[in-house]
Amino acid sequence: MSQSSPPPLLQIRGITKQFPGVLALDNVSLECYPGEIHAVVGENGAGKSTLMKILVGAYQPDHGEIYLDGQRVHFHHPRQAQQAGISIIYQEFTLLPYRTVAQNIFLGREPARHGLIDRRAMVEKTSELLRRLKADAYISPHALVRDLSVAQQQIVEIAKALSLEARVLVMDEPTAALAAEEVNLLFDVVRSLRDSGMAIIYISHRFQEIFELARRITVLKDGRHVATVMAHEITSADLVRLMVGRELEYYYPPYATPEEIGETRLRVENASNDFLKNISFELRAGEIVGIAGLQGSGRTELAQALFGVKPFTSGKVEVRGRITHISSPLAAIRQGMGFITEDRKREGLALRQSVWDNVLLAFRALQHMLTPVRLNGAGGPDVRALTQQVDLRAASLSQPVQYLSGGNQQKVVLAKWLATASEILIFDEPTRGIDVNAKAGIHQLLRALARAGTAILMISSELPEVIGMSDRILVMHDGQIVGELPAGASEADIMLLATGQQLLAGEKRS
Amino acid sequence: MKLSVPLRRRIPSIYIVLLLFYLAGWVLVSLFGRGTWLSGTNLSNMAVRSVALGIVAIGQTFTILVGSLDLSVAYLISVVAVMASYLMQGDPDKVPQAILIVFGIGVGVGLANGLIITKLRLNAFIATVGTGLLMQGVLNASFENFAGAVPASFQDFAYGKLGPFPAPVLLLLLIAALAAFVLERTRFGAHLYAVGGNRSTARLSGVRTDRVIIAAHVIASLMATISGLFIVSRLRAGAPWVGPDGAYDIESVAAVVVGGTALSGGRGGVGGTLAGVFIFSVLDTMFNQLGIDPYLKQVFRGLIIIAAVASYSVRSRETAA
Amino acid sequence: MALSTRTTPFTRVLRKPLKMVAAIPAIYFILAALLIWISFENPNFPQPEVFLAFLRRATPLLILAAGQLFVIVTGGFDLSVGSLITLTVLGGALLTDGNADRTPLAIVTLYLIGLGVGIFNGLVVSYLRVSSFITTLGMLIALKGAALLWSGGAPAGYLPDNFRIFGRQNLEGVPYLGKVPYAVIILVVYSLVATYLLHGTNFGKKALAVGDNPRAAALSGIAIPRIRIAVFVLSSISAVTAGILLGGFAGVSMNVGDGYELEAIAAVVLGGAMLMGGKGSMPTAIAGALSLRALFTLLNLLGLPSPYRAAVQGLIIIGAAAYAAFRSQSES
Repeated sequence: MSQSSPPPLLQIRGITKQFPGVLALDNVSLECYPGEIHAVVGENGAGKSTLMKILVGAYQPDHGEIYLDGQRVHFHHPRQAQQAGISIIYQEFTLLPYRTVAQNIFLGREPARHGLIDRRAMVEKTSELLRRLKADAYISPHALVRDLSVAQQQIVEIAKALSLEARVLVMDEPTAALAAEEVNLLFDVVRSLRDSGMAIIYISHRFQEIFELARRITVLKDGRHVATVMAHEITSADLVRLMVGRELEYYYPPYATPEEIGETRLRVENASNDFLKNISFELRAGEIVGIAGLQGSGRTELAQALFGVKPFTSGKVEVRGRITHISSPLAAIRQGMGFITEDRKREGLALRQSVWDNVLLAFRALQHMLTPVRLNGAGGPDVRALTQQVDLRAASLSQPVQYLSGGNQQKVVLAKWLATASEILIFDEPTRGIDVNAKAGIHQLLRALARAGTAILMISSELPEVIGMSDRILVMHDGQIVGELPAGASEADIMLLATGQQLLAGEKRS
Repeated sequence: MKLSVPLRRRIPSIYIVLLLFYLAGWVLVSLFGRGTWLSGTNLSNMAVRSVALGIVAIGQTFTILVGSLDLSVAYLISVVAVMASYLMQGDPDKVPQAILIVFGIGVGVGLANGLIITKLRLNAFIATVGTGLLMQGVLNASFENFAGAVPASFQDFAYGKLGPFPAPVLLLLLIAALAAFVLERTRFGAHLYAVGGNRSTARLSGVRTDRVIIAAHVIASLMATISGLFIVSRLRAGAPWVGPDGAYDIESVAAVVVGGTALSGGRGGVGGTLAGVFIFSVLDTMFNQLGIDPYLKQVFRGLIIIAAVASYSVRSRETAA
Repeated sequence: MALSTRTTPFTRVLRKPLKMVAAIPAIYFILAALLIWISFENPNFPQPEVFLAFLRRATPLLILAAGQLFVIVTGGFDLSVGSLITLTVLGGALLTDGNADRTPLAIVTLYLIGLGVGIFNGLVVSYLRVSSFITTLGMLIALKGAALLWSGGAPAGYLPDNFRIFGRQNLEGVPYLGKVPYAVIILVVYSLVATYLLHGTNFGKKALAVGDNPRAAALSGIAIPRIRIAVFVLSSISAVTAGILLGGFAGVSMNVGDGYELEAIAAVVLGGAMLMGGKGSMPTAIAGALSLRALFTLLNLLGLPSPYRAAVQGLIIIGAAAYAAFRSQSES
């Protein structure tokens, strides 16, 4: 340990940020020293990304200050933060795929001589940056970005930050899309940056990485600062406890009683594809099975495989006892399945169409092209009754769904799958981005559906939701189902399985 | 880890296709056609044939690279051709003044297109179809037929030679080289690719995206102006139909996309465009010398456009997967 | 909301009707204003015979706009229709060569060609992932070439009377109206069928959903290629129909279809459709096309030289699109 620490390079003091209906950050402070990797952990919704967005000037805080080198700074635009020396690397890249590494790094700041780009200088500076990152052996300044691997692209992003003379670097889940050997590549780079005196804020869900890299760890929970601890002084079990410990101030509907659980609707045996390995489980009528796991563990891929978006390539899928090959969403819908996707706006709704038309979207896919829409109401589902069943609040059914709130949009998506009388429903993050009141409504609805005999598979990264709603919990890690936990399992047990560790105590059944 | 080869400057495959077309022409014309294929005259005829479309297409490359489109070029060519011959009236002394005015018109049209697209946020297709119709209407109302004439001296522009090389071909190559230089070596060129590739990335990197788009449109209009001057110097007088008859709007877009520039922007270059234009010329010459119905070549052109773009889209999907 | 603080009984009574009026698409007011203005300039215009003759001349564009709208609501373009019209007219003359007996077979053949073109466009866009702009641009060039190739570069043959009947002749003895052009009858039937297809069937709803959000549509089980092929077929069929009518009253010429593709797109934009897809109405698109034609009639009556038509059309296209862009910005 350092005897007399230098002053912190970055200080965040008492940041508070209120969004409509949510206190996203409540008096959060954090500091980062030169040459330090400071991990920030917390569940989804703990406030990590909001804090980072404030740090880089994408959001403005309601209260609180940011100091860089002891100087107070105000950022109103990401470019200002960049110029001051704070760079962020997002999970989604902002590189131009058809331009070279050098062109990307110096975009907007091309070294010029007599008005012309000094290509030699640009390439030399790029080589120099890559050398500093010890990446010059495997990344050429002339390579097109699209020809690079994800990790290499990330290194180019880092080089871009370096070229901006960044002294503070924020990395948001940098390894989410990386293969194991690529992670090591990235870590070497991150360590060399640390050794050069940069302050690095590292956001991750993966404990193994955090313990490998970070000096200190700050834990956020529900928008509040819980603790900042030295990484070598804490165990992963304690860290989990800091992240999750909470009082339940929210009441979930009761679990299914044994009588409510019926016959097997869906059985998957040893199914695999490019993302998933040996998936086996059963889903019964009347039960809600929760799927927990970290980002990138294969949760969404499982839903997509079941629904025929990216089908399984091997193994066996049985729907109501009959072996079926589901090769497209239409095939899945014909089997009585429905998929409530995570991203409603991009995947669930045709936003400019009316509530009515969105509710009937999937039903119509099952009908003949020339079926008159008039008959959809008469012979088919009763749209009005469906919207009442999901408790939709809309001015009228002919209103375009783009003007509805997030919660009401989600109810329209749900009504869409009720219209096809789905017997198996897959929910991916059913309450993401939905305010607390609407959340309770959706939870009640899920249970009511299960009680009426629907088999429900619920993917969620909110542990309280998984625990509160699920009659059984399947935990995924690295494309596999690594364990099954009973209703009401502890958050700590789920987190341990999800981070690829063994259970501390209690039974492991699978 | 894969090593990326530095200076990976492969010959674009479109030039191989061009060569194949040329060789196919040689074989077919030798077997069934008349005239000689492999003569210097033939080659220079093919090249001259490419000039008018080539210059417009180079300008079109700029708008398409930046993620826009200019369908008004055909009518601008007419305006320039008519105005030039009308203003010159066969008098060599009036040439500089006329050239100045038509370039002024070109800049004005480019600015108008660019401003309508960036400031009024119009779809480029709609905006430039609109400005094109506007020019067509005004021109047709003002001129019905060939108007005025260019002086004989001005026709040297189209028919002159420098040594064995036709002057307009040299001009085309010069413009192409200049355009390639601008795209490859200037900050403006780099920003053009960035805006076409991802507008928000470009903006976050401090690129003034609207200015880049407007500049691309001004360049496209300037190129159409030069092309219009070339056409009037060949024809001696301009008429309102010279632009639309040459279908320079759709043909220039076609040449650009056949040359491998993505219609969505951010990818491609002038080299490919030139190859696209030459492919069309080789095809024309080949059909002429084979004595085949000239309209068949148009059918071929249409199918080549679709096939070329389909091959690019299939290939980019393969490498992406 | 701001208004409610100072409501008078008068405004309260008026609010509902006012709201209903505000909900009527602007294009209907524009169309009505144009027709009234024309009637002032030409008092004969409201007479059935004159008005029906006006409708008859407008019919090809209206039908074409109806077809184009199907493609545009899915987020595409069909630029090939102009050349397909030319091909239809030239091909019709060649296939019949003035022989009335050949007319039925010729018409069937032309529709089969249209079907083929539509299927080809749809397949290329769906499976080769070429943008509809490029696909139909290539088709535009290829079909024009095919038309000229077929006819040898000059109009050849001529259309028999029973081919031209659709564009030219009238149904006699209709109560109140006297004689009604066949073209107008075709137009009415066509408009009704197109409106029904887009707004009254699953197909239309699916087409709108595909244009609005292809990913959500696919995840809801909609087979997108089928929809895309169907809309291109509808557009091509409309072009063949427009071509048969144009052959009837405009005769055989080399450039009969030139520019129609742009006019049809302009009409659809004028009718309030969104070029990015997912929004469009058949009645307003048809009203847009009719407004365009009414405007030209009016400009003729006002003595504007006909070449200015293009200029006015250009201004209108830019104006309508700018208005739409402005509205969608203020909405979001």
